[in-house]
Amino acid sequence: MTEPTSEQRTQSLQGLGCKRKRTEDIRFVQGKGNYVDDLKLPGTLYGDFVRSPYGHARIKGIDASKAKALPGVIAVLTAADLKPLNLHYMPTLAGDVAAVLAEDKVLYQNQEVAFVIAEDRYAAADAVELVEVDYEPLPVVVDPFKAMAPDAPVLREDLAGKTDGAHGKRKHHNHIFAWEMGDRGATDQAFTQAEVTIKELISYQRVHPCPLETCQCVASFDKVKGELTVWGTFQAPHVIRTVASLISKIPEHKVHVIAPDIGGGFGNKVGAYPGYICAVVASIVTGRPVKWVEDRTENLTTTSFARDYHMTAEIAANRDGRITALRVNVLADHGAFDACADPSKWPAGFFNIVTGSYDFPVAHVSVDGVYTNKAPGGVAYRCSFRVTEAAYCIERAMDILAQKLEMDPADLRMKNLIRREQFPYHSALGWEYDSGDYHTALQRAMNAVGYRQLRTEQQARLAAFRAGKTRELMGIGVAFFTEIVGAGPSRNCDILGIAMFDSAEIRIHPTGAVIARMGTKSQGQGHETTYAQIIASELGLPADDIIIEEGNTDTAPYGLGTYGSRSTPTAGAATAMAARKIRAKAQMIAAHLLEVSEYDLEWDVDRFRLKGNPESFKTMKEIAWAAYSNVPPGMEQGLEAVSYYDPPNMTFPFGAYISVVDVDVDTGVVKVRRFYALDDCGTRINPMIIEGQIHGGLTEAFAIAMGQEIHYDEDGNVTGPSLMDYFLPTAVETPKWETDWTTTPSPHHPIGAKGVGESPNVGGVPCFANAVNDAFRAFGSTHIAMPHDNWRTWTAADNLGLHAA
Amino acid sequence: MSKMQVSMTVNGTAVEARVEHRTLLIHFLRDHLNLTGPHIGCDTSHCGACTVDLDGKSVKSCTMFAVQADGASILTIEGITGADGTLHALQDGFREMHGLQCGFCTPGMITRAYRLLQENPHPTEEEIRFGISGNLCRCTGYQNIVKAVQYAAEKLGGKLKEAAE
Amino acid sequence: MIPAAFEYHRPRSIAEAVAVLADLGEAARPLAGGHSLIPMMKLRLAGPEHLVDLGRIRDLKGIRTEGGDIVIGAMTTQQELIASDLIAAKLPILRETSLLIADPQVRYVGTLGGNVANGDPGNDMPAVMLCLGAVYHVVGPTGEHRVAARDFYLGAYVTALDPGEIVTAIRIPLPPTGHGSAYEKLKRKIGDYATAAAAVVLTLDRGVVATCSIGLTNVADMPLWAEDAALALVGTNLDTAAVKRAVAAAEAITAPASDNRGPAAYRTKMAGVMLIRALARARAQAK
Repeated sequence: MTEPTSEQRTQSLQGLGCKRKRTEDIRFVQGKGNYVDDLKLPGTLYGDFVRSPYGHARIKGIDASKAKALPGVIAVLTAADLKPLNLHYMPTLAGDVAAVLAEDKVLYQNQEVAFVIAEDRYAAADAVELVEVDYEPLPVVVDPFKAMAPDAPVLREDLAGKTDGAHGKRKHHNHIFAWEMGDRGATDQAFTQAEVTIKELISYQRVHPCPLETCQCVASFDKVKGELTVWGTFQAPHVIRTVASLISKIPEHKVHVIAPDIGGGFGNKVGAYPGYICAVVASIVTGRPVKWVEDRTENLTTTSFARDYHMTAEIAANRDGRITALRVNVLADHGAFDACADPSKWPAGFFNIVTGSYDFPVAHVSVDGVYTNKAPGGVAYRCSFRVTEAAYCIERAMDILAQKLEMDPADLRMKNLIRREQFPYHSALGWEYDSGDYHTALQRAMNAVGYRQLRTEQQARLAAFRAGKTRELMGIGVAFFTEIVGAGPSRNCDILGIAMFDSAEIRIHPTGAVIARMGTKSQGQGHETTYAQIIASELGLPADDIIIEEGNTDTAPYGLGTYGSRSTPTAGAATAMAARKIRAKAQMIAAHLLEVSEYDLEWDVDRFRLKGNPESFKTMKEIAWAAYSNVPPGMEQGLEAVSYYDPPNMTFPFGAYISVVDVDVDTGVVKVRRFYALDDCGTRINPMIIEGQIHGGLTEAFAIAMGQEIHYDEDGNVTGPSLMDYFLPTAVETPKWETDWTTTPSPHHPIGAKGVGESPNVGGVPCFANAVNDAFRAFGSTHIAMPHDNWRTWTAADNLGLHAA
Repeated sequence: MSKMQVSMTVNGTAVEARVEHRTLLIHFLRDHLNLTGPHIGCDTSHCGACTVDLDGKSVKSCTMFAVQADGASILTIEGITGADGTLHALQDGFREMHGLQCGFCTPGMITRAYRLLQENPHPTEEEIRFGISGNLCRCTGYQNIVKAVQYAAEKLGGKLKEAAE
Repeated sequence: MIPAAFEYHRPRSIAEAVAVLADLGEAARPLAGGHSLIPMMKLRLAGPEHLVDLGRIRDLKGIRTEGGDIVIGAMTTQQELIASDLIAAKLPILRETSLLIADPQVRYVGTLGGNVANGDPGNDMPAVMLCLGAVYHVVGPTGEHRVAARDFYLGAYVTALDPGEIVTAIRIPLPPTGHGSAYEKLKRKIGDYATAAAAVVLTLDRGVVATCSIGLTNVADMPLWAEDAALALVGTNLDTAAVKRAVAAAEAITAPASDNRGPAAYRTKMAGVMLIRALARARAQAK
């Protein structure tokens, strides 16, 4: 038998860079996933909410007597029951409080008013109908631009007299915070001296992440042991445990939080919601497990929203297209409570990435947050914190500048992209971009789609349109984005004071089989597959012999969870670091076994071998056995390590996207002819999974750009909160995706990886928006607001006189 | 609450139960029979996560009462896996082609694709996209789901065998 | 989402169904495919005390020719319409429309009778029935009678059906051989109701429109039969001016609601655009 070559041994590991099939799929394709609602504990009760039909109203009385009389109903909780426990409000991640059950007022439609607990789902739903609430409707504020009018209704009476918020002075009773970054004076001066300026109000509509599985939990309190176990749809289970302990006063070691399989998150499942608190209280009160499962309408209207950012962007430039300054003022609609899921010091997330991929000498950004009669939230829906807003803002603004300068949008970008030699690049708004090769990426994208030919075709089609030979307009969308992910370094990133590190713990059993646990939590990203690939490459043990566990706070090391594309930059790094600790010990054991100095050994795929004598080696598998049977004198047995990784910086994935659309001017229907996405996420762990993430993110970007909106009417009602109206595209509407990549490793990440899950949303949204806008550019239109659904696109054409007979 | 005796064949096994008239088929399958493969996603018949096969038709079990299925033969994702545990070509295809991520839509998607291939063993890409348009996926963007169905169609060579029926 | 409790009834014959419905009066609703009614019940926007399931009545099934008419049992599903060779050959517009309704799963259970009888202005089949001059067989406590589709729709969810009556069959006079037809539906996505839709059936005589009928979907609180629009085209060769007159006549009778599909003015315009496109396709088909 010949010894396998080094290449064969590498392949058999199924490590970094290979298209390893997913281990989790074995259970999912058989319907054997384990999601929250699949959990059945004996004696489980079911909770269901009584919700406000009004957007703003005073509660004059609640009569639950009929509901309580219904057979099967155990109890009905109201704010009056929670108040003695000090649980009628809960703290938010943003330094505000949010009502668990409304006390005196409701502040948005479908806000939680009472929690019914019954023997089964059906009885609970019936009882909800029987709770009588007496409301006195109040005037509503749904337009954020009217929130700070002098005579605007006071929304948050609980904040009366509080002139200081979590982030400084409040200017108005509906004002939450003001936040600014950059050099205001230098920016203003650059605008004064500018040869060319543009200014546009760019609004990013309110949307919702809408994972296919809604938010849900099962809470079970063991009265004898005084222990609480909560299974739930948690993207950040450890943080949920800490918060649960702090709120409930149950010691943290007696709180067991478990996130089982999660049916998609996209930011929806980061926060804590009233349903979780009420289920916990109900379990403590009844001594029985209590299950709470959101329905789709509840999901779309209450548990978080995303965006609702209204950005006034200005760019100053020279006539030759060289940009000289950026100024952005943002009005942020946070709804009724400030429950934004950002790192605590970042009330506007990382919106100061708004200079994007361009070399702005100076910039200034300011953000004001306001309260309105809408649901709280402000989550990062498939993006790092407020990065998709920033990317949409700068990418639209660059197109508007190109239009004013009569330049091609790609050429304007080429002129102003940060150059390869400028990395690490210090942006005008305070970030240090780790690595990039932007020009190469954009050029490759332009070559791949035949960009110049497309522009020629567009001109021909435009001429045909003007000649009355077609009713279609062609649009080409160009977007270049820079993501900022992997929150984050402890010097500036924390959640309620806890540093945003993440963790990995690896234990090698005597036979060389491995169990590893991380502080993150997959919701479809395939962590069970990819973390094993990192370990396989680092330790030379086959990925198939490695089991990955996440989500059980009793067994996994503490971590901050999965969102903001942080798993690979943080826990992925921790995994590599923990593996390297193990390898260091393994080297000493190997030296002991071979009776040589450890310095005479070198690593070779899956073994340590004697330098200059490759026939003399010990495989990792042999070393694993020795770790439990024959360690060097003075060394402890065992082979395991834990790493808590505090990243030195964020990572900055980037990409160049180009799309082609055909707009039916007579109906407003936009057909996507082509979408090409080039992503650079640094070192690629599993190209198959990366491509899948990009397909999914692009599809969500398509949905957002072309149709998604959580729309409130002037009375504060959400119009169409079901999947009939809320746009989740089917396989028929969804475009076909072309993907490509370049690889520019992160210099500070142990394996050079940057994270990828959210890039396609960040780059995809402006790419679609730019394509639709580009179709109308020849007619003098500068900016058409999202979403680009049929009637809005038709209206844009109508406003340009394109329907004149 | 009025109840009614229902009997049906589920994944080849005869089942009898007394159910409340309003019991939704999805709750009957999940809560009474412990078949937690089919899921609830939208509640209003738009997402298809609850899709099961009923007498040779793909149906959304969240928008049907258990009493309506009285006497029917039902196949869920659990019945698509072979009795000996072997995976169906569609199940293989979804894994091979990375046709799933969070896995929540997958049981409904595979169950629907199963019926699609029964009716059209050699579908074009457009026919697959149209055929699965009653099933929403939030993760994959469908491109790899299409490939997964194509993989299965090819592997079966048009000789799809009815499972557990 | 969970519906309120109700009593379930499963009659085996039309007579039994009608008797049960008559007996229970307003408290009962017939259940066909259920994909309009059950979501409404789950949202608790509908709460019938009794559901009378028509799904087991053999006489409500089937597609047959009767003289110059095609008669379709009310419980015939959209999937069965799609699969029918007879429909494909004689009434291609019915197949085309069925394929534009909802999604595959819904079409396996959604029925023609349910689609035409529940009075939802968003349903696609009623406008097609107006266009084709269909007649509904109605059975109730007083026996059977026939109602022209063009007399059936009175408002949103308001029809000529009296309490206790059900539609048992849909009778469609066969359009002449060589007719052209089309159903053009603008929607946001699969599974959506129409923003606006137009059904056209026409015949040509040496390039001149001999007969024409037009139905419009979801641009008023009931389906519309656009009689004046059709008249404006008869005798023309569908020249631009004639089509323009027809569009104006069609737009004039619309009164759509503003909703997430777009404001009323847009939906009216879309009715016109769908009409233009349906006319063009029908004309290309006609021999």
